[in-house]
Amino acid sequence: MDYFKNDLASIHDDLVNKKYSVEELTKSTFDNIKKVDKEIEAFLKLDEERALEKARKIDERGVKADSILDGIGIGIKDNIVTKDLTTTAASKMLENFEPIYNATVMDKLNDAGMITVGKLNMDEFAMGSSTENSAFKITKNVWDTTKVPGGSSGGSAAAVASGQVLASLGSDTGGSIRQPAAFNGIVGVKPTYGRVSRYGLIAFASSLDQIGPLTRTVKDNALVLNAISGHDAHDFTSSSREVPDFTKGIEDGVKGMRIAVPKEYFGEGVDEDVANAVKDAVKTFESLGATVDEVSLPHSKYGVPVYYIIASSEASSNLQRYDGIRYGFRAKDVKNLEDVYVRSRSEGFGDEVKRRIMLGTFSLSAGSYDAFFKKAAQVRTLICQDFENVYKDYDLILAPTSPTTAYGIGEEINDPVTMYMNDILTIPVNLAGLPGMSLPAGFSNGLPIGLQLIAPRFAESTMYRAGYAFEQSTDFHKAIPTLGGQN
Amino acid sequence: MNFETTVGLEVHIEMQTNSKAYSPSPVQYGAEQNTNTNVIDWGYPGVLPEINKGALEFGMRAALALHCDITQDIGFDRKNYFYPDNPKAYQITQARTPIGTNGWLEIELEDGTKKKIGIREMHVEEDAGKNTHNPDGYSYVDLNRQGTPLIEIVAEPDISSADEAYAYLTKLRQVIQFTGISDVKMEEGSMRADVNVSIAPIGSDKLGVRTEMKNLNSFEHVRKGIQYEVKRQERLLMSGGEVEQETRRFDEPSGETILMRSKEEANDYRYFPEPDLPPIHISDDWIEEVRASIPEMPDKRRERYTQDWGIPAYDAGVLTQTKEMSDFYDATVAAGADPKLAANWLMGEVNAYLNSKQVELSDTALTPEHLATMIKLIEDETISSKIAKKVFKEIITNDTEPKAWVESKGMVQLSDPAKLQPIIDKVLDNNEQSIEDFKNGKDRAIGFLVGQIMKKTRGMANPKMVNKLLMASLKER
Amino acid sequence: MAIGSEEVKHVAGLAKLAFKDEELAKFTGQMDEIINMVQQLSEVDTTDVPVTTHVTDAINTLREDVAVKGTDRDLLMKNVPQSQDGYIKVPAIIDESEE
Repeated sequence: MDYFKNDLASIHDDLVNKKYSVEELTKSTFDNIKKVDKEIEAFLKLDEERALEKARKIDERGVKADSILDGIGIGIKDNIVTKDLTTTAASKMLENFEPIYNATVMDKLNDAGMITVGKLNMDEFAMGSSTENSAFKITKNVWDTTKVPGGSSGGSAAAVASGQVLASLGSDTGGSIRQPAAFNGIVGVKPTYGRVSRYGLIAFASSLDQIGPLTRTVKDNALVLNAISGHDAHDFTSSSREVPDFTKGIEDGVKGMRIAVPKEYFGEGVDEDVANAVKDAVKTFESLGATVDEVSLPHSKYGVPVYYIIASSEASSNLQRYDGIRYGFRAKDVKNLEDVYVRSRSEGFGDEVKRRIMLGTFSLSAGSYDAFFKKAAQVRTLICQDFENVYKDYDLILAPTSPTTAYGIGEEINDPVTMYMNDILTIPVNLAGLPGMSLPAGFSNGLPIGLQLIAPRFAESTMYRAGYAFEQSTDFHKAIPTLGGQN
Repeated sequence: MNFETTVGLEVHIEMQTNSKAYSPSPVQYGAEQNTNTNVIDWGYPGVLPEINKGALEFGMRAALALHCDITQDIGFDRKNYFYPDNPKAYQITQARTPIGTNGWLEIELEDGTKKKIGIREMHVEEDAGKNTHNPDGYSYVDLNRQGTPLIEIVAEPDISSADEAYAYLTKLRQVIQFTGISDVKMEEGSMRADVNVSIAPIGSDKLGVRTEMKNLNSFEHVRKGIQYEVKRQERLLMSGGEVEQETRRFDEPSGETILMRSKEEANDYRYFPEPDLPPIHISDDWIEEVRASIPEMPDKRRERYTQDWGIPAYDAGVLTQTKEMSDFYDATVAAGADPKLAANWLMGEVNAYLNSKQVELSDTALTPEHLATMIKLIEDETISSKIAKKVFKEIITNDTEPKAWVESKGMVQLSDPAKLQPIIDKVLDNNEQSIEDFKNGKDRAIGFLVGQIMKKTRGMANPKMVNKLLMASLKER
Repeated sequence: MAIGSEEVKHVAGLAKLAFKDEELAKFTGQMDEIINMVQQLSEVDTTDVPVTTHVTDAINTLREDVAVKGTDRDLLMKNVPQSQDGYIKVPAIIDESEE
């Protein structure tokens, strides 16, 4: 099965028309993964036996003609808990953790007939933007294996970009779906906060985290988001709003759509090639009948510090449960309770996780709270208001996803602050709870450039419609990496 | 130098909802370890809290019963600390938006004086699990209690003695018990108190440095702990020393308080808003709905008993000591019993029984209906008070309908003159000497004759009726 | 310097983390840089600006007070490093600081 030449709809047609069985499709998927992933190292764990068993069951009952996802494989970021399938969050802390329940998104994918292929590599506990913070392996960028795949959903993006699966789930706290999608030349969507249940997503920063799909095409992305969206009684922050069919009206075009381009998103640090690609995208949208204006989001530049305070504070609390008592890593030869805590946590967590726990603990501690956590939560309000002001007059915001294309493995890992600044264009979206998409918009030295679309809350449909129109009038998504070679 | 004492009290009460504060697992005391728990209670990776409407409403009930203002826009906060019985390593509480503020409780001291103690604020939060330390060097963790909803009640520093603290706790327990949100059993840990004590020279406008005692689960320990602390602090200050801000433990065997932790080691709980629980607005309608669901408070009931039913004040106090007793009393009267007789029975035989067996009313088979029926049987002279004792023994141990039971056992009093008169006549015929004695003014003879009649009726004759008929018969002879 | 190694040690204590001496120097340097970066927020005027701590449209979500039987204990125990007789087992603390 060639996932570069197919999409969800074409595979679905083949399955319905019995060109091949679900079992054959699944088998060929695993055969391909075993070849390709040796080099890419996107997967942490494969679930082959169960996947084949499920495939046979679907063959027995017959593929549902009205359910496009039925019988198709999907890769899952390893911070989404999967019952009886080891879930590690790419941390030594959870190396042997066997979940005893399913994340809500897993139940929803199962209901839609999707088959879990395996668990995907990531930055430990989703903290990072290169997937280099995984405790287990270094995932490579499929366009140039000396480059990082981005992160934290690096495995999710690389698996799709290398044609191992058509779709994967990632999570996005400050850009962790969109940035790797950009680095890998695929489509990644962070839905509106509250659109998708977080129940069973191993929490990084609870007020920012959101699960979303990574796919090769915009329409495929909408199909997967359809399946995982909706209110969940187990997640009190999930919205009870009705979920529209995101594919409905996707082909309606952007004529008359009012698009805003924030000038702050083209500032210092944004590569010329990236800026030019986005400017070309503006022209494309204008040619399709949209109006595009420059606007200002004056508090954007504070996004990074606000994010690092809030996300780290929440994380410092969320990650306290990893104490070596009820599950997860416990250090050897511990003599007393303090040992259990300190040694298990110090040996079980990697450096980036420790840095964030430290920053968060500091930001919340007596004497720091007002100047750090509270201040950040106030500036967050100003960032939200910036967006609200723009959306009074505009339907969509257009910007680069990341200031640069993929950088080299090992290049920035020892420089946390530079690493953090890479997220400057994606972070404000999480702070305001907005939906955001990255889609392919060009190449620079053979590495993909991502275009970011940001919609008002719960207006994913607008984003998909614009993304689809752009995709249909460009060829960037058709480019296929030469596996193993340099592009 | 003379000092005045200031006591601060923070009381935690477990609320008896069906399910836990943030998870649907059952709230139940005494279950086998770790059987009333789920992934949320265990703080499994990926789980989220689910706030229980019932816990909020119970919290509102308590707040309203203590005359608090309800905070209408509430949120939750995380209090962070590591401990094996605290699986998430944070407790979800209400640091910024207590559900109730600015309330009061009126206490009565032993000399009868009354005093209003302010309630600063009340928080809905969750209890921790239980950690048992064994001599083998390990702790054993049971998470059944984890997540049980608590209401924390913080008093203003209006309490100025150990006795006032004792009176406050007693009254608080009573009021909470009447709201129906908790059985408030100290021995099961469903009510616990944190106490802080400071002293300052009389007239000083500054409070002294305070020491804290945590998790006291007996009113007596609170009283003794405060008394000891006051003396200890006085001795310190009088000898030129200073009181250190610290946490101390009340040691029961010695009656002393012992240093546990100094201020330098104090925790930094890093409170911040709980991101997993969005804010909640409590509407006026909701408050009124909860207010209407609160059972009548003891003070009101006492007033009703004394004014409407003529019950003496002391008795009314005894009957309203617990909600269980007061509810039982009300139900007995509602079932048709005379209020005074019902009060006498509950305070007499029933209380004596409960004390001798060391049980609660609910542990017995007695129902208000059965008690009322029995009282009516006494009133209409169907049974004698002697028989009533037998009936009472039966209905408090077995679920027996008293009227049917006395009939089936042949315990109904003989009150019918048509049946009693022939027996009396026969006894008089056989005891001429006694009639003679009576006429000669020897009253003792009556006793003898009544005895003979009772003997002939195997004790079933109605003594009043026997007396009446006997006197009439004697006059005729 | 926004933060020194003593304060880093104190914060590590709160977070139940420990650093070896050479790590401590590296972490302190990085923490200092990060804190300097985030301190640029102090230039923003936030007088009377409310905090944003939630960005969901879900408010007044409440669960009805209905109990659901606990999860099977053996299942819950599946990942426990050490247990005995249905209890989670953990080396005891030495000082009895919190109950």
